[in-house]
Amino acid sequence: MPEQKKIIEKIDKFAVNSRKNILDMALAAGASSSHFGGALSIVDIISTLYVSQMNISKKDPCSKSRDRFILSKGHGCLAYYAALCEIGHLNKNELKSFEKNESDLLGHPVLNKKLGIDFSTGSLGMGLSLGIGVAISFKKKKLKNAVYVVLGDGECNEGSVWEAAMAASNFKLDNLQIIIDNNGYQQTGLNKEIMNTYSLTEKWKSFGWHTSEVDGHNTKKLFNYFEKNKNIKKPKALIAKTIKGKGFSFSENNNDWHHTVLTKNLYEKAMLEISKR
Amino acid sequence: MNIKEKDIKIWSAIGPRATLGMAALSLANEVKNLIVLTCDVSTSAGLDRFRKNYPEKYIDLGIAEQNLIGVAAGLASEGFNVVTTTFAPFQTMRCCEQIKVNLGYMKQKVCMVGIASGLVLGQLGYTHCSIEEIGALRSIPGITIVSPADSLETVKALESAINFDKPIYIRLTGGANNPMVYKKDYDFKIGKAITLKEGKDITIFCSGAIVFECLKAADLLDKKNISTCVVNMHTIKPLDKLALEKSLDKKMIVTVEEHNIIGGLGSAISECKSTYSKSPKQLSLGVKDTYGKCGDYKYMLNKHGLVAEKIVNDVISNLEI
Repeated sequence: MPEQKKIIEKIDKFAVNSRKNILDMALAAGASSSHFGGALSIVDIISTLYVSQMNISKKDPCSKSRDRFILSKGHGCLAYYAALCEIGHLNKNELKSFEKNESDLLGHPVLNKKLGIDFSTGSLGMGLSLGIGVAISFKKKKLKNAVYVVLGDGECNEGSVWEAAMAASNFKLDNLQIIIDNNGYQQTGLNKEIMNTYSLTEKWKSFGWHTSEVDGHNTKKLFNYFEKNKNIKKPKALIAKTIKGKGFSFSENNNDWHHTVLTKNLYEKAMLEISKR
Repeated sequence: MNIKEKDIKIWSAIGPRATLGMAALSLANEVKNLIVLTCDVSTSAGLDRFRKNYPEKYIDLGIAEQNLIGVAAGLASEGFNVVTTTFAPFQTMRCCEQIKVNLGYMKQKVCMVGIASGLVLGQLGYTHCSIEEIGALRSIPGITIVSPADSLETVKALESAINFDKPIYIRLTGGANNPMVYKKDYDFKIGKAITLKEGKDITIFCSGAIVFECLKAADLLDKKNISTCVVNMHTIKPLDKLALEKSLDKKMIVTVEEHNIIGGLGSAISECKSTYSKSPKQLSLGVKDTYGKCGDYKYMLNKHGLVAEKIVNDVISNLEI
């Protein structure tokens, strides 16, 4: 399938550029640090969505036909801003304003329709409820738009996630998909050390969702997953197996990179690593 | 909405909760994008007929208030005119952070209605009473707070809130056979207090079902030669500063509320009053920062000094003549 190969190449290029954008922002943040690890784990997921799945208009961030993206794990915003830059809603200079005084790009996303940010997130456990409200709106208006929500595995500690989980299947929201960034870590350690969620797949399944597990960095598998689930008449949960800090030798599976400073030396090392791929 | 005197009497008899349901029913035709969300309280909020007549405009989210506010915000962001309703403590305190982020920070326009607020559910205990929520919500930027004095004002407030462009909380107090403060239709504007009775010595600022009791207290005070003005401060935030300014030359300002004396109307008046170089003493009446024994509504009001006779006594003992 040469067509598919082209799409995957496009996704991968988008992901590489996103990681570079992330490095630029993390460096610009300087001593104020950035949520590095949990952004890198969702880059390939977000790249797959923006390149191959979501209906978006590069010219008009407010286009009515756009699918909605909600980053419920708002601290992963570096990956979000990186993607918004790649589709042209943000430029490279704006990226460098990350976390600077009066910037539009805060350490957690703030609603800004012109930039393609539909909701403010950051306080964990709230994004899925928003997604349900939007998905119900589309159903009521008989619109075909889809809703994608990215959650963290640590975020699933929040009770409100499960209130929303229950509601989505109750309302049969087949226009709603979630992707859980299952990197196995949360702020201060491994999920299984802090709050063992055991099988997230079983949990979401028992809440009435169509659930799947896919390698969250294998863009071909991610692409195929989304292509194949289109006719499933249920809300869909992908438990994406990911690596926190994915992409750079010093940050992969190293939870010190949850929120930390990227030095100039490490920035250069990272840029070198990425150029060798 | 065309309001008849017959309706006003019926609403008063059925109380603010059932009135809410009837008002929503009348507004559903006029407001095309109206949608009502509840948390398994359709009957308590008088919404059974609404649910049957407009199933497409009604969503029950089950007993899950945090999700209620998030879903409401999602619908609002897509252009729906959303009313959420459940018992006041669960409508507010339970999901306070969702209100902060979705309605305050994000400014999603949702109208929240807290039913059975204040002390009316005293027999169920303080889990179901709500004496804290004005304080909690008042500290969230951008949330308007309205506390109607009777059933008619409940209808007026709901209609205004639906046509309002900002997030808003309507706090319903009182029970069935809710005494009428207003016997016929009148002008209601969010943020504009209403002087119900003039008086030159003191002013009572009040809101909610307790307004009626304050009017009774004012008549008793008049008879004791304390000329008492009564202002229905139905909007607690933003506070009607002009209405307060008119009373700065009085001997005393009294605030009466079915809420903790910390955080509510009394605090709002006090904060505003403190910005003037000359202002009179304030007597804040309400729940005195305590939980306690519980009982029926009459017992609760009496226990907290929120009946006309006790208000009169408190005023007299605090007034320096």
